[in-house]
Parts: sequence; C-alpha cells; structure tokens
Amino acid sequence: MAVDLSRENAAVAEEMPDRATLSRMYETMVTIRLFETRLVELFNAGKLGGVLHVYIGEEACAAGVCIHLETHDYLLTSHRGHGHVLAKGADMNRMMAELFARETGLCRARGGSMHIIDRSVGVLGANAIVAANVPIATGAGLAAKWRGEGQVVACFFGDGATNHGAFHEGINLAALWDLPVVFICENNRYAQFTPQRMHAKIEDLAIRAAGYGIPGVQADGQDVLAVYRVAQEAVARARRGEGPTFIELKTYRYTGHAISNPICAIGRPDEEVAAWKARDPIPPLERHLLEQGLLTSTELRAIQDAAAARVAAAEAFAEASPRPRPETALEDVYAEWPVGAPL
Amino acid sequence: MAGGGAAVRELQYRDAIREALREELLRDPAVVLIGEEMIDPWGGTFGVTKGLSTEFGEERIRNTPISEAAIIGCAVGAALAGMRPVAEIMFLDFIATGMDQVVNQAAKLRYMSGGQVNVPMVIRAAGGSGLFIEHKMMYNNKGPVPEEEYLIPLGVADIKRAGRDVTVVATSRMAPRVLAVAERLAATGGPDIEVIDPRTLVPLDRATILASVRKTHRLVIVHEAVERGGFGAELASIIGAEAFTYLDAPIQRVAAFNTPVPFAPDLEDFLVPDEARIEAAVREIAV
Repeated sequence: MAVDLSRENAAVAEEMPDRATLSRMYETMVTIRLFETRLVELFNAGKLGGVLHVYIGEEACAAGVCIHLETHDYLLTSHRGHGHVLAKGADMNRMMAELFARETGLCRARGGSMHIIDRSVGVLGANAIVAANVPIATGAGLAAKWRGEGQVVACFFGDGATNHGAFHEGINLAALWDLPVVFICENNRYAQFTPQRMHAKIEDLAIRAAGYGIPGVQADGQDVLAVYRVAQEAVARARRGEGPTFIELKTYRYTGHAISNPICAIGRPDEEVAAWKARDPIPPLERHLLEQGLLTSTELRAIQDAAAARVAAAEAFAEASPRPRPETALEDVYAEWPVGAPL
Repeated sequence: MAGGGAAVRELQYRDAIREALREELLRDPAVVLIGEEMIDPWGGTFGVTKGLSTEFGEERIRNTPISEAAIIGCAVGAALAGMRPVAEIMFLDFIATGMDQVVNQAAKLRYMSGGQVNVPMVIRAAGGSGLFIEHKMMYNNKGPVPEEEYLIPLGVADIKRAGRDVTVVATSRMAPRVLAVAERLAATGGPDIEVIDPRTLVPLDRATILASVRKTHRLVIVHEAVERGGFGAELASIIGAEAFTYLDAPIQRVAAFNTPVPFAPDLEDFLVPDEARIEAAVREIAV
C-alpha cells in the first residue's frame, strides 16, 4: 500500500502566522506549562485528589490546533486534556477549583481532572475512557452540520486510542457523513506504558486515514508552526463542509502516564526522554520571535510573568473556595425529577 | 393526538412507535434518528421506521454502518451539542458492544458536568461466565492468611462474627466496616450483631444466611454499590421468599445513594455507607 503523506503535507500553505497569532500561541504554551508544572507540585504535596495525567512536553499541539478554533466550536479531549481545555479558553480559576474538588469548579467537583466540561466555551468534555470521545465528537459534528453555522469540532486523543474499536467506528461514521470534525492524534509514542512498537504494526498512524477515505496528515508536534499549518488547513476544510481530517502529531510526554507512575517505563530509556526534552517546543518559538524581531525579551518575560500570575491567582481562588456540601451529591443526577420524590 | 376520549383507534405496536417518532420529527427539527437499516426500502428490521426516510430525508433518518458504539456515541455528542437524537440498536443483544457509551457517557455526563449539560437522547432497541471483582480501595488492607496453600471454595460465606440479635450481610469493603460497628456496639451494651461476608454473590451461600436469619429474625444488608436494583434487593427477595415467617422486622438495606460517583471526596464519602448509617439501620430493627 502506498500512501503519499508528503503530498498531503505539501498541499498545506507555507504562510507564516502574524505577530499577534504567534504571541497568542506562545502565551498558550507557557500558560499550559506553568499550570501543569504547578499541578504536579500540588499533587505531590497531596493537595489534589484522584489521578493526574499531565501534558508537559506536548503543548505545541494544543496551541497550534486550538488557535484556529472559535468560542462556538466544540472540543472533545481525553484523560490528558488540561492543555486543550485551557487553549480552548476555559476559565482557569474554575478549572483549578475543579482539580481542588471545590464547589466553584467548572463541574462543581463532580468531574475532576478527567471529566472537565465547560459548555460556555464549547468544551464538551475531557473523557477518562480511551477513544470514547471519538464517536461523541462525531455526534457533535453532526449537530454542527445540522445547525449550519460553520462550527467545527476538534477531537484530541493519543496513539493508544487509535487501536480501540470506538475510534474506528466514530471516525468511519464522521468520514461517511462528511462531518466537520478534526481528529488529532497526539502520538506521544506510549499507550500508558506500552511503546508504540508493541501496540501498532505501523509507524505512521496517519496512514490509517486512507482506510476511512479522508486526508491523513502529519506534523512535528514539537514545532508549533508545523502544527499550526496542518491544523489551519484541516479546520478550514471542515468549515467548508468538506469533512474530517486525521492529523497525527509526533510528540512526547516528559512524565509518566500518570504522575504517580514512573517516568521510564519498559522501553523508555533515560536517553530517549533527554533527547525529546532537548526538542522542547517552547524555546524554538522564543528564538523565532526574537530573531524575527516580533517580540523583545522583555515582552516574552511579560507574557511568562502574566501566565505565572494567572496560575497563582487560580490556585488562590481554588484554595479559598468552599468544598461542596456533602448532601449536594444527590443533585444533578436527572434533568427532571418529581419534586420530593426519593432519588 | 388530541384528547377528549371520544375517538379510539387500534394500532399495531410498531405503528404506534412509528407514529410517535413521526410526531417528534414533525414537532422538533432537532430530532434525528440514527441507526442501522432504518431507511427505506428497509424501514428497520421490524418495519418500525418504514416511510420515515422517504418523508423526512436521509439527513434526519441517518443510516449507519454496523457500529453500535458509534450509534450511541454519536447520539451522545449530538445531544450534548443541541440535537434530540433517537438511537436505534437493532437488537438489544447488540447494545453490549456500545455499553461504554450508555453507562459511562450518556448516563453520567450531566452529573459529571455539575449540571452544565443535558443529554436529551433516546435509545430504542428490540429486545454465563465467572467474574471476580477486586475492590481497588482494599489493595493496601491487611488480614490473616494461613501459612500453607489453601483454597476458599466459591459459594461459601464467611461468618465474620457470631451474634444473637441482628444478622448483617456485608459485601467486600463493607464487611470490615460492619465488623467495626458490631464490636463497638458489643462493647457498649448494644445489639449483638452477626456479621456475614458472602464472599461470592454467584454462587450465593443461601444456607448460611438463612440459618442466621432464622436465628436472629432480623436482617440488614450492606453494600457499596447503589441501592436500586442491587444485590441487596436480590437477597431481600430471597429471604422474603424463604424465611418470611422468621422475620420480626422489615429487612433494612444500607447502600450507596442512587447517583454516579462524584470526583470530590466530600461528595463520595457522603454517598457510600458509613458506620453511622450502618448503626442506624441496625438500631432501627433491633429490639
């Protein structure tokens, strides 16, 4: 089977985003990095419950894709979704409060890290079940097409999800119905602990798109400009009503699957982690901004400081927020329930 | 149908369902039907949707591949994003292949979102092996284990503590919790509780539980799963059928409240039976 991925990639315009766009992507990446770096500290200090899956090292993927999304567009993500949710514009204070299990959290502390929903900005959900978000994204795409207002759906998942039955069923249906969904596989090379060579016969997961009759494109997930370009075309194609695109972003997570897991699992040597850390997505963008005279080092510093201040403020907001009253656990189970009837 | 009660028609079951679907398709443009072979000329395996795709078009009567997870998942997503989907699973037997979308997605999203979203969808459907479940919160617990190799037979309950006044059947993590209550009550002159851990639910050691109830005449059932439709109801039915005349008080159930499990520990702890609820149930029926 011959699938010419380079031909698909060549079709993408080599247009350089403007200063404001680059600054926003930089701000998004720095914000996610600082937010999650602090989450790890808080988790290790015992301040966060549940399980924590962070995205550190993969920030260019969220920034380069979500820059193309409008507030009314939809986002579905996975258990590793903090970056996407922030990049889509969710309120950081209420997101932090959710992670702190406080009443002011986006989901009133019912959801937690793996189930964050912020309907006000189109975040229809992080999802703890691998690949379950794929058919749901297809459904959101159906609603978007029906509404006819040019909304698109971005659906993020990892390499492990592409082996799941729900992935196949969901992407096939979206392709069949030409739905405005962009499927983004962040291939960080590990499905939990299992390296890709032990979970898929192929190296380039993008070729699976050919089996669904939709474009399959790849980009270096450590290069935000490369991500920006492939996502630009995929989102535009969806908005034009031409159907879904499957994007594979080659990326890497620096941490273990969950924070409580070891960083180096089977087949994951220290040298590999170090090599990927040397390709961190943030410094190249900084260099580009400086070398092109788009931002000064003072301006970069100001962006970093502002992001750090937002994270600190979010933590303070969460810490100061009340815990949910226990008896409210009985609320919101059903949309309608006879008044006074026992649950 | 207009009310009034004058006109009465006789309809076949399938025609009544089709009429209901058609009325909703006419009433609300957000209604969409999603499923396998529902379009004409097939009109569904039992002819329920016959004529609907011809009348409303294939944008609203959406034919799918054989993909139950996608049918239900797509309905979940469409409902989250403002539609009113009706998902059809051809035979109820097939729903198991889409069960994650039913159980973990459709049923829980409203709750997990703190009430932000609704999932207004309908699923329609024409309608034995061994399982051993390890409680993930008990992996760190310690207990006595014989030095030599040993086997615990399936279907043999463990009487954790003998007692005269009330039988308490408690599963899994609830057994040590009940035992703590029993020891405290014994030390303070309270009811003398017999604590039974059935260890396996299928097969169930009915004989041990029945013998205990015939002795104490009172039964409390404690489990961590939700109360509705749970093992407690099954056991209460068995005891009601087989030891009715021995009972001196209504059977009590102590179980999780009927909700999904929330993220916040404050909320989760409220839902799961604690020692206070267990003690209250015992005192409710103890003499």
